Amino acid sequence: MKKKTYDAIIIGAGAAGLTAGIYLSRGKASVLILDTAIPGGQMILTHQVANYPGVPSTSGYALSQTMKEQAVSFGCEVESNVSISNMILDADHKQIEVNNDSVYTSKVVIIASGGRSRMLQVAGENELKGRGISYCATCDGDFFQDKEIAVVGGGNSALEEAVSLTRYACKVTIIHEFDHFQAFDHAVEAAKANDKINFIMDTHITSFKGKDSLESIEYKNLKTGETQSMALDGCFVFIGYQPNTEFLKRTGVELNSRDEIMTDEDLQTNIPGVLAAGDCRMKKVRQITTAVADGTISGMKALEIIHR
Amino acid sequence: MILSTNLKHIASRDEHAKTLAENENVMVCCGRMGPMCIPVYGVMEQLQSQYPHVAFTDMAFDHPEADVIRNLPEARGFMGLPFVIYYKNGKVVEAKSSIQSKEQIIEVLDRVF
Ligand SMILES: Cc1cc2nc3c(=O)[nH]c(=O)nc-3n(C[C@H](O)[C@H](O)[C@H](O)COP(=O)(O)OP(=O)(O)OC[C@H]3O[C@@H](n4cnc5c(N)ncnc54)[C@H](O)[C@@H]3O)c2cc1C
Repeated sequence: MKKKTYDAIIIGAGAAGLTAGIYLSRGKASVLILDTAIPGGQMILTHQVANYPGVPSTSGYALSQTMKEQAVSFGCEVESNVSISNMILDADHKQIEVNNDSVYTSKVVIIASGGRSRMLQVAGENELKGRGISYCATCDGDFFQDKEIAVVGGGNSALEEAVSLTRYACKVTIIHEFDHFQAFDHAVEAAKANDKINFIMDTHITSFKGKDSLESIEYKNLKTGETQSMALDGCFVFIGYQPNTEFLKRTGVELNSRDEIMTDEDLQTNIPGVLAAGDCRMKKVRQITTAVADGTISGMKALEIIHR
Repeated sequence: MILSTNLKHIASRDEHAKTLAENENVMVCCGRMGPMCIPVYGVMEQLQSQYPHVAFTDMAFDHPEADVIRNLPEARGFMGLPFVIYYKNGKVVEAKSSIQSKEQIIEVLDRVF
């Protein structure tokens, strides 16, 4: 087993983790950032970021690479595509075992594991992902030129992406589980004004069907219980977000009923020396700016703990 | 038209054929520099040293000659980028569409090569 000790270990190399790394390493702390995928997190999933102050419209990937390079230039070590095999957090010296071959210890751990798109979890979804079911309109929209598709969800992403998908699809049906939308009024109005879009409300999709690719869906009206099916070429799912916190289940870190990490104002969790930053924690606004703010606060608090 | 990765780029139908002829095990990720594709290139770049017996390559999805991938029968029904094709001795042994995690890629590599 390879062994190494750091002042701080950060779990997750998204906007929050990389920012915490920048503050910690500039504060002369030794820092390891671990990520189960490549650095960048959800920024990589964002084609265009237009609301990060001081940066004219840029690709999320480019922004994430700049943040990573900045963190590395100040001395952060970044290990990507790792798998965390074991963790002991409720001790003075936190211990994280990686890839079953390395053990890293530190005084502080910052959890910045972010979140991911929620799946519908209905029959056929896994099998037909990439074969008609998609979670990224900008990536896969052009496969649906002149096709009939559905968009599932009622928030801003669902309604905005439904409108953008009308550039390709000949018909877009928005399927939502309530009788009203959660999206901003302007997004709802834009969707309602688009004559390629129609709506099925109070409805859940119950299964996806298809051989080589998606051919139809079955859906159920939640008020009447009536079940119907519809032929479809594609279905885009935008039903919100799920925090990446499953790996914390046996660590003692306190989660709320939505599996988000509970923190105080300094972003400390219930375990001394363990902090949480970014989309993985309980918060209202999930944006790059708020993740970066969390990274700053947790990084500064971690420095205080390290030098205590 | 090539992708900005550290993988070996396949830039034409001829290069595709040559790569398959010269290597027993080939993984081709055919995509764009987009959100679902970049993570897959990242995993492939990292696995190159761990799997020296596999040629890790990419091809730009919008290149006209990427029809060698786009039109494969094994990719029928694919409607999500990237298209990832695994070849053994020139024959397709596995084909996947859309984003894949490192674990999912390793599972295929260990199974087919
Ligand atoms: C499609 C899309 C478009 C968006 N557009 C915008 C926009 O235009 N402007 C804006 O401000 N915000 C936007 N957002 C939101 C913004 O991207 C996020 O709020 C922000 O990036 C969250 O950063 P984070 O660091 O908290 O988490 P993430 O970006 O999710 O990063 C978490 C990292 O942790 C890693 N990880 C997960 N689990 C583990 C584990 N067990 N061990 C180690 N590592 C782990 C992940 O691989 C990931 O790299 C968008 C989000 C999406 C999905």
